[in-house]
Amino acid sequence: MGLTTVFGSGAGTSSYEDFHHTAFILLVGSNAAEAHPIIFHHIMKGVHNGAELVVVDPRKTLTTKRAHEHVQVTVGSDIALLNAMAHVIIRDHLYRKDFVERATKGFDQFADSVCTWTPERAAAITGISAARIESLARRYAEAPTAMIGWTLGITEHHNAVDNVLALINLALLCGNVGRPGAGLNPLRGQNNVQGGGDMGALPNRLPGFQDLSDPAVRQKFSQAWGVPIAEKAGRNQTGMFEAIEEDQLRGLYVIGENPIQSEANGEYMRHLFSKLDALVVQDIFLTATGEMADVVFPARVSFAESEGTYTNSERRVQRVKPARRAPGQAQDDLWIVASLAQAMGYSWPIQEAEAVFDEMRQLASNFRGMTYERLEQEHGLQWPVPELGHPGSQRLHERLWEAEVLDKAPFTPVEWAPPVEMPTPDYPFLLTTGRRLAFFNTGVQSNVYDHPHKIGEWMEIHREDAKTLGVENGEMIAVISRRGRVEVPAYYSDAVMPGTVFMTFHFPDEVMTNNLTIDATDPQSGTAEFKAAAVRLERLQEVQAQGL
Amino acid sequence: MGNSVTLMIDGQSVTVAEGTTLRAACDQAEHVVPTLCWHENLTPANACRACVVEVKGSRTLVASCSRVAEDGMDVQTASERVLNARQVVAELLLSVSDAKLAPDLLHLAEMSSADPVRFTGGATWAQPVRQDNNLYVRDLSKCILCYRCVQACGDDAQNTFAIAVAGRGFGAHIDAGFGRDLPESDCVYCGNCVAVCPTGALMGKTEWDLRQQGQWDESRITQTETICSYCGVGCELDLHVMDNQIVKVTSPQDHPVTHGMLCVKGRYGYDFVQSEDHH
Repeated sequence: MGLTTVFGSGAGTSSYEDFHHTAFILLVGSNAAEAHPIIFHHIMKGVHNGAELVVVDPRKTLTTKRAHEHVQVTVGSDIALLNAMAHVIIRDHLYRKDFVERATKGFDQFADSVCTWTPERAAAITGISAARIESLARRYAEAPTAMIGWTLGITEHHNAVDNVLALINLALLCGNVGRPGAGLNPLRGQNNVQGGGDMGALPNRLPGFQDLSDPAVRQKFSQAWGVPIAEKAGRNQTGMFEAIEEDQLRGLYVIGENPIQSEANGEYMRHLFSKLDALVVQDIFLTATGEMADVVFPARVSFAESEGTYTNSERRVQRVKPARRAPGQAQDDLWIVASLAQAMGYSWPIQEAEAVFDEMRQLASNFRGMTYERLEQEHGLQWPVPELGHPGSQRLHERLWEAEVLDKAPFTPVEWAPPVEMPTPDYPFLLTTGRRLAFFNTGVQSNVYDHPHKIGEWMEIHREDAKTLGVENGEMIAVISRRGRVEVPAYYSDAVMPGTVFMTFHFPDEVMTNNLTIDATDPQSGTAEFKAAAVRLERLQEVQAQGL
Repeated sequence: MGNSVTLMIDGQSVTVAEGTTLRAACDQAEHVVPTLCWHENLTPANACRACVVEVKGSRTLVASCSRVAEDGMDVQTASERVLNARQVVAELLLSVSDAKLAPDLLHLAEMSSADPVRFTGGATWAQPVRQDNNLYVRDLSKCILCYRCVQACGDDAQNTFAIAVAGRGFGAHIDAGFGRDLPESDCVYCGNCVAVCPTGALMGKTEWDLRQQGQWDESRITQTETICSYCGVGCELDLHVMDNQIVKVTSPQDHPVTHGMLCVKGRYGYDFVQSEDHH
C-alpha cells in the first residue's frame, strides 16, 4: 500500500542482486535468515563484499546473529526510530539535496513533521539510546548506496502503511531508490502475494496495478471482457469481515486460504464464518476452514500438479508446472472456477493457463513482453516487460534519476502510535508472533515432513520473567489475552526482551495462537496487528491449586 | 569491460578477461582440465589437486581452479608431470574412499588410467553411516574432503557454519562439532551441503532409502522445473519424480534466485504434496 501510494506500484524496487553490490543494508522487522533464507544468501553476499548489515527487530534471530548491529527496539516503535533518523539526517544536512529537490515533493512539510522527533524522544520509546540512533542515521545517510528490506514486522501492525511510508521517507531523503544497490524491498511472505496483486486480486486494481477508478482502464477491460466493469472498489478482507458481521455479506468463496487458523482473533473468526449462509472452500486439504464449509472443491497442488506462474519479491514472473498426477478428483483451480461459472449459467470456456496469461498480458503492459516460452527460457522475467524484445527490469523508478522528473515522489509525514494493546497490570506481557525457519504459516504444508526440530509449538520467554513467575524451563503454561486462552510449553530464551514473549502460529491444531492475537487492522491495508497483543501468563499448577 | 590478458595454453594463444582463472581459460581454449573440488558457485578450496596444470617457470604444479591467468603465462594441461599427478590423485582418493556414486572421480580415474588398487591395503577411511535425522544421511566413507559442503554451509551460501573439517591426516573428516549428531549441532537442514556433494557421501534420506532397497532407478525419474510454494523468494525447484512420488528436490546452478541453493522447506518440505489423504 505504501509503495503504491508513493510510486504507483506495490512492488520491490530492486533485484536480489542489488544486495551484492551495496554499501549498507537495513532490515527492519525482517528475519530473512529464517523467513526468506535464499534472499538472506544474497544479503550475506553483500556483507562479504563489504556492506554493513543493520537489523531492526525486537527479537534476536538467526538474522540478527549475522548483523553488524542489532537494533533491538521495543515492539511497534519503528516509526519513532525512523522519524528520529530522518530528524538527524535533516538537522545535520546529511540528506541528498540534489535528489530531494529534483525528484521529490513535500520535503518542507516532512522536515517540519520530524522536527520534534529528536533522538532523545525516540530513545524513550524505542529503548535504543540517542547516541545509537544518531550513529545509525549518520551511517545510513553517509553510505553511498543503501538497501532497505522489510517483512511482516513492519506490515503486521495497525499502522502498517505508516511504517512503510516512514521507510520510504528515509530512502527518499538519501536518494536510495531507483539506482544500483539502492532500493526499497518488501520481502513477500507467500509464494505469490506479489503475483496476486499483479493479476489484480486487489479490491481497487485491475491486472498490472491498473487503477479501477480510471474510466479509460475500465473501458479497456469492459471491451475485452464484454461486461461492464463496476466503478466501485470492492472490499478488502477486513471489509469483508465487517460486512459479514453486519449481515451485508452472506456467502464466501475461499481459495487456498485457511483464515480460521491464520487470521487474528480466531474465536471471533469462527463466529463470523458460522454466520455465513454459504461457505465454499477450495483447497488441497480439508483445512479447519474447509471443515466449516458447505461445499469443498478439492484442488491440485499449484506448484507440483498445475500450470501457471508465480511472481516473486523481485517482480520475477516464473512458470510453475505439473510434476505429478493429482490424486482422486482434485482439479486445477482454473478448471474449478470456469466450471463453477458454467454451472451458474455462464458460457466460460475451460482454458489452458497459457491462454489466460496471454489474454492478461494483452491488457496489462507490464507483462506484455512475457510469453510462456520466454519465461521458461530466461528463468522468468522481471516486470515491467513492455514488449517482446524487452529484457525485463532489474529496477523500478530509475526515472527519478533523470534530469527532469515529471512525476515527483512525495514525502508523506507519519506519526508514531503505539500498538493498540499495550501491557496493563491485568495483561502485563506483550505477545509478538512470527515464523520459525523449518515451518510455515498454519502448517498445512510444513507439518507433514519429518523435521528433526519438530516439537510442536512453544513460547519464548525471557529467563527473568520466567523466574519471577516461577515457571520452569519447558513448563506448560496458560497464555491469556482479552480474546482467548491457549496452553503452551514455555522455554527460556535470550531472544526476547523481558516483558515480551514470542510464539508462532505453525501448529494451530495443538496451540491456536491466533485465538490470542488482536484483529486491530490497518485502515488502508487491512492487515491485522499480529505482532502485538497484551497477554498474561498463568502457571497451570497455580490455577489448579486455586480451583481446589 | 576490464582489461584482457593473453597466455599460451598447450601452445595455443588464448586471450581472456583479467581475473579469469586458468581453469576457465583452459575451458575457453577447449582444453578442459578435470576437477573434483571446484564448483561453479563456490570459492575454490584448492583441496583435491585434480585440476593441476604446469606453468612454465613455476617450481610446483599449480591448481588451475584458483590461479589467475597472467599475461604471457605458458601453461601445459597434459604434460607428463600433470598426467602423473592426476593419476596419483585419483589412485590416492580411490584408496581411501568409496567412489561408486562419484562420477567425477571415476572419470578422473579413467582419463588418467589410474590403478584403483595401487594403494589399497594402506589406511582407509571406512566408517559407519550416520543416520541421525530423517532428512539426509552422511556416509563419510564416500567423502573425499573436497570442502564443498563446508563452503556451502559457510560463507559461500548458507552462512550457518555448522560443519568444518576436523582432525589431521587420515583422521581428517567433516564434523558438525565434537562428533555430534546433526540434531545437536547448528545444522538447519537446508541440504545445500547435499546439493554440492560430488560423491554421494551426503544424500537425501528418501534417495538413500530407495537405493538401499534397490529401487532407485534413474530411468524412471522425471525432472520438472517449477517454483517453490512456500515464501515469496521464488526459488526454482527441480522436482525429481519417480512413480508419481517426489523423491528429490534440487535447483539449477545457473538460476538467478537460487544459484542451486535452497532452504529446508523447499528442499525437504514436499511430503504434503503426496500425502494421499488430501481429497
